[in-house]
Amino acid sequence: MISNSYFINVIRFALLVLVQVLVFNRLNFFGFINPMVYILFLYWYPIKQNRAAFIGLSFLLGLSIDFFSDTMAINAASTITIAYLRPAIMRFVFGVNYEFQSFKLGNATRVQQFTFLALLIVVHHLVFFTLEIFSFSNLLLILKKVVSISAATLVLCLLFGSLFSVRKE
Amino acid sequence: MQQIINFILRYKNFILYIFLMIVSLGFTIQSHSYHQSSFFNSSSWITGNIYETSYGITSYFDLEKENKKLVEENEWLRHQLFNKKDSIAVQLDSVLMTYTVTSGQVIKNSYANQRNYITINKGRKDSVKPDMGIITPEGILGIVENVSKKHATVQSILNENSNINAKLKNTNNFGSLTWNASNYNTVQLVDIPRLVPLVIGDTIVTGGMSSIFPENVPIGTIKKFDLNDSKSFWNIEVALFNDMTNIKNVYIVSNTDREEIIELQEETESND
Repeated sequence: MISNSYFINVIRFALLVLVQVLVFNRLNFFGFINPMVYILFLYWYPIKQNRAAFIGLSFLLGLSIDFFSDTMAINAASTITIAYLRPAIMRFVFGVNYEFQSFKLGNATRVQQFTFLALLIVVHHLVFFTLEIFSFSNLLLILKKVVSISAATLVLCLLFGSLFSVRKE
Repeated sequence: MQQIINFILRYKNFILYIFLMIVSLGFTIQSHSYHQSSFFNSSSWITGNIYETSYGITSYFDLEKENKKLVEENEWLRHQLFNKKDSIAVQLDSVLMTYTVTSGQVIKNSYANQRNYITINKGRKDSVKPDMGIITPEGILGIVENVSKKHATVQSILNENSNINAKLKNTNNFGSLTWNASNYNTVQLVDIPRLVPLVIGDTIVTGGMSSIFPENVPIGTIKKFDLNDSKSFWNIEVALFNDMTNIKNVYIVSNTDREEIIELQEETESND
């Protein structure tokens, strides 16, 4: 069972990186919207796992995307931020429920899943574009990018999420 | 001691997070002020090969269009060649002596970021070196920044750090070409003095001050212009000839005199 989930995560990691760099980084919808679907890795990652390993893995994920898209380590920085904040976000969205052993993402309500995903995406994009643009005189540009690209990412993540949903057990 | 260990154990996730954050911020901030890191770039073996494979598949889709483009360019070059008495043709001839040209293909392009980089499928084994110029049949594209064995990353003109010498074609006044990251169809030409008369539609070409690009490579036309904050220089919006979203075939231009020029400049500076 453990090796199975390990295997799934490795495959998911590789596929998400490839899909991100070969498809979504080239989308350029309206000239600037490139959704970042690789965030789904953090959404799907098992809850009851070693947190340090999770942060390390997220760093690797972000770094692989950075390697491909020549963005230095911006993806890595924003990905570890949501990896670190994930437990806090989950506690906020799911309440105390999520501390129980029996908690499964698939059992949560649709609204909860949606909020959880949306929060991950918004935090990620905030960090990402603040670092990328790196100037407070361009605050409006940062906000414009965060809002529009978050919306695009959210729609695509929801589509992917329903296509490859986590099995209900 | 016990307390320190307890502290570390208790906050180990936080410490790990801070550590990784500092590492990534270090790499990021370094690139804001200076160049792309030579480690984090898409010219490396694995990324280069993945992009190349993907290019190998998708390049067939617009082969016809690309061929047509190249034939049109050949046509234009033939025209220049057969009418050799033209002043441009003479210029082309002398250009051939100091510059060597290699062809290449773009395997990864981006234009939606603040600092855009392009990856091409030529590298050290095709004697591509950093600081060579990249042009397309329509205009300039960027400057080579990092080179691996088979690939190279190019700092696109659509990059906040980009700074290229350019001039007005008809008056020869020069300034520097920068990008403010707002639109991928326009770049900005700054430092042209206020006295210079400008007309919308004037052509902007590369200047002779840089040892990277040959002189008179087309860049774009003036779209609009206004005075900068100090009211003494023009801020010129330049509409690019290149369609930056759709680039396949490029030429890598290298100046055989570049090393000599740089050596000479350094010598002069150290004499002062």
